[in-house]
Amino acid sequence: MSNVLEIKRLCVEFPTRRGTLRALDEVSFDIKAGEIVGVVGESGAGKSMTGAAIIGLLEPPGRIASGEILLDGRRIDNLPDAQMRKIRGREIGAIFQDPLTSLNPLYTVGHQIAETITTHLPYSYAQARERAIELLEATGIPAARQRIDHYPHQFSGGMRQRVVIALALAAEPKLIVADEPTTALDVSIQAQIIELLKKLCREHSAAVMLITHDMGVIAETADRVVVMYAGRVAEIGAVNDVIHNPKHPYTVGLMGSIPSIHRHTERLVQIDGSMPRLNAIPKGCAFNPRCQRRFDRCLQDRPELMPAESSQAACWLYEGVTT
Amino acid sequence: MTQTTPLVQVKDAARWFDVSAPWLERVLSGKPRTMLKAVDGVSFTINRGETLALVGESGCGKSTMARLLVGLYPLTRGEVLIDGRSIAELHGPQGKDLRRRLQMIFQDPYASLNPRWRVGRIIAEPLKAHTNMTPKEQEQRVDELLLQVGLDPADKQRYPHQFSGGQRQRISIARALAVRPEFLVCDEPTSALDVSVQAQVLNIMKDLQRQLGLTYLFISHNLAVVHHVADRVGVMYLGRIVEIAPRDELFAHPRHPYTRMLISAIPDMEGHGKSRTPVAGEVPNPLQPPSGCTFHPRCPLARDICKQQSPKLIRPADNEEVEVACHAVEQQWEPVSFVS
Repeated sequence: MSNVLEIKRLCVEFPTRRGTLRALDEVSFDIKAGEIVGVVGESGAGKSMTGAAIIGLLEPPGRIASGEILLDGRRIDNLPDAQMRKIRGREIGAIFQDPLTSLNPLYTVGHQIAETITTHLPYSYAQARERAIELLEATGIPAARQRIDHYPHQFSGGMRQRVVIALALAAEPKLIVADEPTTALDVSIQAQIIELLKKLCREHSAAVMLITHDMGVIAETADRVVVMYAGRVAEIGAVNDVIHNPKHPYTVGLMGSIPSIHRHTERLVQIDGSMPRLNAIPKGCAFNPRCQRRFDRCLQDRPELMPAESSQAACWLYEGVTT
Repeated sequence: MTQTTPLVQVKDAARWFDVSAPWLERVLSGKPRTMLKAVDGVSFTINRGETLALVGESGCGKSTMARLLVGLYPLTRGEVLIDGRSIAELHGPQGKDLRRRLQMIFQDPYASLNPRWRVGRIIAEPLKAHTNMTPKEQEQRVDELLLQVGLDPADKQRYPHQFSGGQRQRISIARALAVRPEFLVCDEPTSALDVSVQAQVLNIMKDLQRQLGLTYLFISHNLAVVHHVADRVGVMYLGRIVEIAPRDELFAHPRHPYTRMLISAIPDMEGHGKSRTPVAGEVPNPLQPPSGCTFHPRCPLARDICKQQSPKLIRPADNEEVEVACHAVEQQWEPVSFVS
């Protein structure tokens, strides 16, 4: 299958008075059609920044310093705003964490979905409205025909997130960037939304970039996982490999620190220290001050992603290890 | 059950909030008063050295329960006893001593520390309020506490903003421990933290419990965290406890349909691609809770009696340590198999 999204050596920088901060440092990965790729990492690892760069919504003064973002083989990182606006919504749909702030409180949900459809597709308003009702039904909103004229505040959190998903799918985009879509929701609602997202992506064979810090959600949803640390990719691999056979020492620590209802442990694995600030990223491997397995080289040279069994890890431990 | 009296006894506690429209509007439009029953008739006990966790979805009353226990809200009905003494005393002349024995850790370590105070002053604050220590002794105690939670004594010169979320939560813990309390109420202490940092904080809390013999009430919406820390677990739904059981029993044999649904809804690291059984529906509006058993609109087992009568907490015959409020369990209807 072809790559819907390709990110090549993407760097995002923030110029500040005290020098330039590099928020994303040579991030590369790709997503194929119909594939769900999970992007995980702790706060500040650059997950959301990657998502924002793809949809062209980096907060100024942040800017793409180098690298390329390709959608279906076409570069989209250097497009003017007017062209990017046509791609956003039409070819890339976005779902954000807080469904209340992603909807306009002054318009009915039906109007907002119909507006998106008429903007991007050759539909009349009446046709777009019918399509909006279908979309709301597909996302599991009961009595969609009545609820279409309701305002966002009349919906509960879970229902609002369904509206946002309907909105993201409205113009049948090829790529959906979902940034923490279930974090603001209760577990019981979370399960419903995840199921819905999976089902709709299968039906529309859309590529999905699922940004979350919840490994449980990733385990159930994603096909492949990108683990990020301090603005860099630490590991990429199939979901089962990353969860059950992690390669990068950071991923090993991360997996061990998650409490599970299937295991009885007196103590959780903990990674001492915390992620470095952007202005103090250590030389060499960014993880080296917290790493139990570091050696001289880690302090000097920055590791690239290298093959580690069936995954890829940015760690010198795997240099020259042929598999 | 042990013979000693439990440290914490909660008997039929209730907290209602008056959310009525303003008086004039109410009189003009003839509306009655509206009460939000955030906690409505909750009873449980916590033994010394034990961790009881309360879980439930947002709006089920778990945080209100935490605040009731430390006296931040007065009770509308019922009683809370700490070591045999009512927390109504907290506001009386003997309240100070009782207040020393219960401390609280809040969810948001960014909002619960004064940004203008140095860490040393933040941690020494309860010492000033509750002890006669000289400034020198206070400083020694602060050093000791910082070491206990894995920070450096030199950190007392710094301000909260100079610390990461996990370190701030440790400062909160140090402050709570300053006056050597017996009972700590922890309201979602790790939900604002990343997993690797959450692991650090949970490990410290467990170590401290072992060293100091602390008793915890641990409020969380994360069942995996609860499974890790708790000895017993209470499940809340719309202001009531629907099931309370020892941890292993609850996770291995959940009885209440809501508990079963919650457990099957946990994202599972082991089963890739497994479909969860999504809980149908959503938490109803607490201002107009459903009649009878408040869970009946979402319950696959619901029958007519569930719509009419609210079930009482009962102890099922096969396990004395479990309490569950469900007509289906009480009357032993045919067990319906839940997909899990």
